[in-house]
Amino acid sequence: MTQATFVRKEMLAPQEPPVSERGAIKWARENLFSSPLNSLLTVVGIVVVFMLIKSALPWLLHGVWNASSLPECREIIEARYGEGATGACWAMVRERWHQYLYGFYPQELFWRPTLAFALMFVALAPVLYLGNRTVNTIMAGIVTVLTTLALVGVAMAFPQTIAGADAGFGALLVAVVLLAALTAVAWLAPRKLLIFTLLYPAIGFYLLWGGSIWGPIGTLAGFAILVFVYSLTKGQLGVVVATGAGVVAASVWWLAIQSHVTGALHSIVPIGTTHVDSDEFGGFLLAFVIGVTAIAASLPMGILLALGRRSDMPLIKALSVGFIEFIRGVPLITMLFTASLLLQYFLPPRTNFDLILRVIILVTFFSAAYIAEVIRGGLAALPRGQYEAADALGLDYWQAQRLIIMPQALKISIPGIVSSFIGLFKDTTLVALVGLHDPLQGVTKVVRAAIEWKGIYWEPYIFVGLIFFACCFSMSRYSMYLERKLKRDHR
Amino acid sequence: MAYVASTPKEPFRLSMLVYDTRYRSYTIQIVVLLLFLAFLAWLLNNTVENLAAKDKDINFSFLFQRAGYDIDQQLIPYTNDSTHGRALFVGLLNTLIVAFFGCILATLIGVFAGVLRLSHNWVVSRLMTVYVETFRNVPLLLWIILAFVVFSETAPAPRDFRVTEEMAAAGEEPAASKILFDSVAFTNRGASIPRPYLDHSLGSFSVLDVPINLSVVAALALIAVGVWINRRLVVHARSVQEATGVRPTIWWKSLLILFGPIIVFLYALGFHLEYPELRGFNFQGGINVAHSFTALLIALSLYTGAFIAEAVRAGILAISKGQTEAAYALGLRPGRTMRLVVLPQALRVIVPPLISQYLNLTKNTTLGMAISYLDLKGTLGGITLNQTGRELESMLLMMAIYLVLSLIISSGMNVYNTAMKLKER
Repeated sequence: MTQATFVRKEMLAPQEPPVSERGAIKWARENLFSSPLNSLLTVVGIVVVFMLIKSALPWLLHGVWNASSLPECREIIEARYGEGATGACWAMVRERWHQYLYGFYPQELFWRPTLAFALMFVALAPVLYLGNRTVNTIMAGIVTVLTTLALVGVAMAFPQTIAGADAGFGALLVAVVLLAALTAVAWLAPRKLLIFTLLYPAIGFYLLWGGSIWGPIGTLAGFAILVFVYSLTKGQLGVVVATGAGVVAASVWWLAIQSHVTGALHSIVPIGTTHVDSDEFGGFLLAFVIGVTAIAASLPMGILLALGRRSDMPLIKALSVGFIEFIRGVPLITMLFTASLLLQYFLPPRTNFDLILRVIILVTFFSAAYIAEVIRGGLAALPRGQYEAADALGLDYWQAQRLIIMPQALKISIPGIVSSFIGLFKDTTLVALVGLHDPLQGVTKVVRAAIEWKGIYWEPYIFVGLIFFACCFSMSRYSMYLERKLKRDHR
Repeated sequence: MAYVASTPKEPFRLSMLVYDTRYRSYTIQIVVLLLFLAFLAWLLNNTVENLAAKDKDINFSFLFQRAGYDIDQQLIPYTNDSTHGRALFVGLLNTLIVAFFGCILATLIGVFAGVLRLSHNWVVSRLMTVYVETFRNVPLLLWIILAFVVFSETAPAPRDFRVTEEMAAAGEEPAASKILFDSVAFTNRGASIPRPYLDHSLGSFSVLDVPINLSVVAALALIAVGVWINRRLVVHARSVQEATGVRPTIWWKSLLILFGPIIVFLYALGFHLEYPELRGFNFQGGINVAHSFTALLIALSLYTGAFIAEAVRAGILAISKGQTEAAYALGLRPGRTMRLVVLPQALRVIVPPLISQYLNLTKNTTLGMAISYLDLKGTLGGITLNQTGRELESMLLMMAIYLVLSLIISSGMNVYNTAMKLKER
């Protein structure tokens, strides 16, 4: 039997890992230089980044904010940084920002689109954050503060807003009180905020276009008639027929009766504000009006089309497939030109309605076809068991869709739906091609045609691109948040 | 105990059309059909009335009238004396050529960016993320216009390329010079690239005024035959490998078959390039590529490439890690694992979104309108429409052509999908 000559009694203190296996060096070895190819890629990548920064950074840093024309900008830069120095001329943005945001909207009424934009977030809050009281209140509160600041800023930039009378100041006061009241509602009765969401389209429309107050009220009355007829007949006739009856009744009101009633009411009680023509809309105001309306309208339409495409009724299916495939087969521009050129052939003679409205309708159709395909994917991904379980519970078609199928199918399709929305929002720039003043082509053309900003090209596109990037990027981040929040599998 | 299998027969009542689910669907469909027909009749009636009011008719004969406008970029001979119909074809070919090169470029960029975005290299993957997010979140129109404006405002004028005698004597360099081994002149009027020429051309003939160059046809035929023989060779090599376990070396044979004949052919015909030369106020010789084409091509490929990169990334991520690990366990090297195990499965996920990106790219070529690129939208839906005042006919014809294009691309996708479908049992 051999005796161990030495046995260590106490543990050695753990040693530090070797230098190459810890800290920044380890990270760099693993992430930057793990193989010859990777090292090469790293070097190339760093060189690319360095070149980009080297060419762009001085230009950005030399930016000039105070000047009245491009030559003046260049003079200032040359005086400051020496002969041949280049720099951005942000003075253009400072001078023309209001055209980029509001187009040719009357300056003394800038508070109206601003307020409409702010109220949009309050209206969206209960939808976006699923009735979460704290988040809603915080959102409404932030919107209140920001709007107050924005309105004061607008008022200071264009003194005529406040100068003329207390009208501008009154508007500011009304806006702040309204927003504060909504914040209070969001905290005290979060569910009630949804009523405001439902009313928002009429409020937003009225704020943007103005005119007689009876127009939006008449349109809302049509919806009230729809709901009334629907709930009256639903018991006897079923969902589909009741909806049909409601739509017929509301259409009769909208098409035949409304204009007479609102006209009469307006002649008796003429309440209203300055009317703004659609021609004066432009810039991001236009992009948001078209984008938000089309997004809100295309989701329900897309759901109906997707259901139609999966319907058992051959005729409904054929119509849906035909509509979807036709729309997806032609470029959006042809739809826009249909709106501007062809609708005059298809509508009754002497009907002439607003170009923005026509564009919104066709953009909505366009986006609905894409959303229908996304939702169809979501519906197809649901296991058959879900449909059969709904049948086994004795739910009828619409109950099954509402309670069981759609919540799951929509959840699956969130990424696709949101990327359709992002695509739609980006596509609002195309309206420039039918002569509307979108921020990219319409307004930038006006700016670049002005004698003082002739020859400017990086700055306007960077400015517009950044705003679009901020909107689209936050939409895609929101969709990721929603996906995480709605995730139900416990993994 | 008697078991009654069927429900008692009820006499049919009219109210069952609404209340009985067996009949309700027929009722709904008939009502919808009637509404749809009424809607169509309403549209048709309106159209007829409107046309009558404007004293117009539906007539496609304008396609055979003189167009009277010029098109800068023409792939088939066209002058302003040609017909509107020919202008349509020139426009269609311009659409197709941008779409074709755009799809190739976008695929290259997209696969490159998508794979690199998954790389473990921190710098490169971040760089690709920035690229993808920047291009996906900013409207395509901005990229197109920006590229066009930057090209035409920053490129030097042709006179900057001039070397005068005094400058040559003083040893001065001109303000601008040609790039890519002195072959491509990039000026503010467009890019002049070398034109390939043959000393002994095989001649040409023309079909419907479209000249067909026999040398090009012969060259294409040679390439096709080469590809076909090469495929036979690979099949043969594989069967030898499966029979004996040893794969014969064929790469040099492949190279010889693919490139040998075409090189010999071109050499025999005396192939050379004609370089653009500065003569007078502009570059002569070579092919002048307008900035509208270059800008549209670059913007479309970079924009679509960002979407393709996402599709590629999603496809590769969709293959479970177990597949890679199983391949490693079998002893495959990483390169082969990618090529033989991951990619064939990932392609099944990647290709459908890829094709729909091709479709989008093809439809987005219409945005060339913003920088006056005369594609189908520019000729038929633009100048022809404005000159003849035939909005209805032009728009309908244009929509039909785009629909056919889309249907061709998506039927291609369906063929691929059926071929690649998981074949179970």
